Amino acid sequence: MTDDQNKHPEEQVLMEGDPDTTGHVWDGIKEFNNPLPRWWLWTFYATCVWGIVYTVLYPAWPLLDRATPGILGFSTRENVSRDIAEFDAMNTDIRAQLVEVTLSDVNPTDTPELYNYAINGGAAIFATWCSQCHGSGAAGVQASGYPNLLDDDWLWGGTIDDIHYTVSHGIRNEDDLDAHYSEMTAYDEILSDDEIAQVVNYVLNLSGQAADMSLASAGESIFLDNCAACHQDSGMGDQFLGAPNLTDAIWLYGGTPEAIEETVRYSRFGVMPPWSAEASDAGRLSEAEVRAVSIYVHSLGGGQ
Amino acid sequence: MLDYVKLLILGLVAICAAIAAQYARDAAYLVHALLIMASAGALFLWQLRRTGEPRVPAPANEYMDGPVRAAAIATAFWGVVGFLVGVVIAFQLAFPVLNFTWAEGYLNFGRLRPLHTSAVIFAFGGNALLAASFYIVQRTSAARMWGGNLAWFVFLGYQLFIVMAATGYLLGSTQGQEYAEPEWLVDLWLTIVWVCFLLMFVGTLLKRKEPHIYVANWFLLSFIVTVAMLHVVNNLQIPVSLFGSSSVPVFSGVQGAMTQWWYGHNAVGFFLTAGFLGMMYYFVPKQAERPVYSYKLSIIHFWALIFLYIWAGPHHLHYTALPDWASTLGMVFSVVLWMPSWGGMINGLMTLSGAWDKLRTDPVLRMMVTSLAFYGMSTFEGPMMSIRAVNSLSHYTDWTIGHVHSGALGWNGMITFGMLYYLFPKLWNRQSLYSLKAVSWHYWLATIGIVLYAASMWVTGIMEGLMWREVDAQGFLVNSFADTVAAKFPMYVVRGLGGVLFLTGALIMCWNLWMTVRKGVAKQDARVAAPAE
Repeated sequence: MTDDQNKHPEEQVLMEGDPDTTGHVWDGIKEFNNPLPRWWLWTFYATCVWGIVYTVLYPAWPLLDRATPGILGFSTRENVSRDIAEFDAMNTDIRAQLVEVTLSDVNPTDTPELYNYAINGGAAIFATWCSQCHGSGAAGVQASGYPNLLDDDWLWGGTIDDIHYTVSHGIRNEDDLDAHYSEMTAYDEILSDDEIAQVVNYVLNLSGQAADMSLASAGESIFLDNCAACHQDSGMGDQFLGAPNLTDAIWLYGGTPEAIEETVRYSRFGVMPPWSAEASDAGRLSEAEVRAVSIYVHSLGGGQ
Repeated sequence: MLDYVKLLILGLVAICAAIAAQYARDAAYLVHALLIMASAGALFLWQLRRTGEPRVPAPANEYMDGPVRAAAIATAFWGVVGFLVGVVIAFQLAFPVLNFTWAEGYLNFGRLRPLHTSAVIFAFGGNALLAASFYIVQRTSAARMWGGNLAWFVFLGYQLFIVMAATGYLLGSTQGQEYAEPEWLVDLWLTIVWVCFLLMFVGTLLKRKEPHIYVANWFLLSFIVTVAMLHVVNNLQIPVSLFGSSSVPVFSGVQGAMTQWWYGHNAVGFFLTAGFLGMMYYFVPKQAERPVYSYKLSIIHFWALIFLYIWAGPHHLHYTALPDWASTLGMVFSVVLWMPSWGGMINGLMTLSGAWDKLRTDPVLRMMVTSLAFYGMSTFEGPMMSIRAVNSLSHYTDWTIGHVHSGALGWNGMITFGMLYYLFPKLWNRQSLYSLKAVSWHYWLATIGIVLYAASMWVTGIMEGLMWREVDAQGFLVNSFADTVAAKFPMYVVRGLGGVLFLTGALIMCWNLWMTVRKGVAKQDARVAAPAE
């Protein structure tokens, strides 16, 4: 064994036609003395040249108090402002019309252009601001207090003007003094457990569900004394007070005995924010936008 | 005398940690204090038993392979952990019901996601780099590791860092910076460990018997030095309390964001690229048994790479509060970085010239070559995605996730598997791997897994980007965010399946490596001795 082999027991063996190596050996590894691949080198140079040119054209090099602006005058902020301004200018007229018009007059036959704008704009506004609670298809979230907007059961009224009012001012919020407001009493400490069981069965029976009839009949007077003021003697509710109709199969917080008992004992307090920027500081939408989304919601199937 | 100093320090640390545990303000800090107390206590006992005993001097002519073996085992172990958590969170995204209510606050997506990224990058990748550094620097310097048991300290200290980071994530301790989530206490500990790593590495280089420093060591050294710098600067935080995890960053707003992505991008650049190129420059020529293709190319692409990478961070912040000029520079440096990155791929692939036939018979070499192919692909994709116009489509979408994974699974994963298949027979003195067929299975499962992963993320990412930007003729957005989430579902399932394949391959590897050690035929001549002068 020569000294060299002893030093690098796994020294790589060169083959016929191999290029020269640098002469270094590390743990047997050698290195060829190949030149840089030409295509690699020229592509590298090309990207460097491109880089220099690009930094001349676009904002790039930081100076003492500002950066070089680039000779193309490129600015991402100006680009987005320009895009927004372009669409704003395009839609100015139709927006003004939408604010002027009587809402109930907007329909596909008489005002097709306005209707089309309101439906498309309303859908976009709904997807951005409303879908978080009401779902992207507007079906709400069952038994969770987020109403379905596709059916014809309305808590605060389903005409286009009712919907416009609700969207503008919201429900039970503290930001808009004109918000819909009502508050159900929590009966946990007012009624006894027996009385609560009776009124729950009365409500179950009202909505046509299976109920303990002896409890239900005992619950009638409790219902009339405590609940009918808002929900009406018939249980049909009152849209002026946002009191839900208890006789149908649609339930905002669920219609199981457990859910109804929970509602009777602790009440519910669903909140919707106000959206009209004109009506309150908390509002995020212009009048044209509020109107567009109102028309969109009204068109979904349940509008009256 | 030194023994008594060590005992004193370890005792003090254990007592201070016990006091800190007593005053702990949050669960993560409590667990961390207890971990430190237990570690210092255990070391104290070990030191106590040694004190006053006669020492056997370490054989100066033998390589120190204990820490390499430990780090290689840890690599395989943390790899499986990291891949498993990745599969879990992939399915949590596809099926949100897997965020179980009973595990809320511990095992939901938000807690597991940093656990996954840190486990694969820092635990799997980090241990792979420790094993590679320890092994390569000794072999190519023809010198035993400098610093006695310092390598053991670095290995064990790094595992303590991993465990502290992981427990911290699950208990909700995070400073909210991607890839730099651990809070100040864990950061300080890692700094100590890392400085020891640097000393150990440089110390070994300084006592080398070779006249020159091998290219792999340039990359490894640049990785160690730069990661130290990045880690310290990005983690400049002021603790809220000495006894709590929370801290307040020194940089805020866009400066904070820029520092974070200077760090984040170079964690990719120096941890996952430079470090792993170091690994590649040793194991590919070894496995192919061919010389490195071009010495010149390795010099030029090394310096170009480390000079350019450090400026590319702003491309993570296109179209944000970052000024346009910084965004332009980030993009330009990223595009110019393309060829320097490819230099490593060319040098690796061309090293096979004269040995391409080995791909037919050697699945380990095939793994390494595939890793270079994925490296080349993702280092082309990266500069392309940094271009502002492309980024306006790709930013915030799953395309980014796909890009990261074609790099992480394809490049870092495959080259690490190749390294482990090379190292285990060497370190345990076996003639060969237990089963080359199992390596083939691993290769195909991993490759198909990566392809499924990357392809599904391209599809869903581009779809998502197009859906987000879609406006109608009147300028209204067409899709809600929830619409894009719903549309991604099938691709999320495919991605999860890709992950399952990749994980299965890794489990086969663990079995194969285990059997190699247990059942492999021992080599006659155990040549682990460092050569004499």
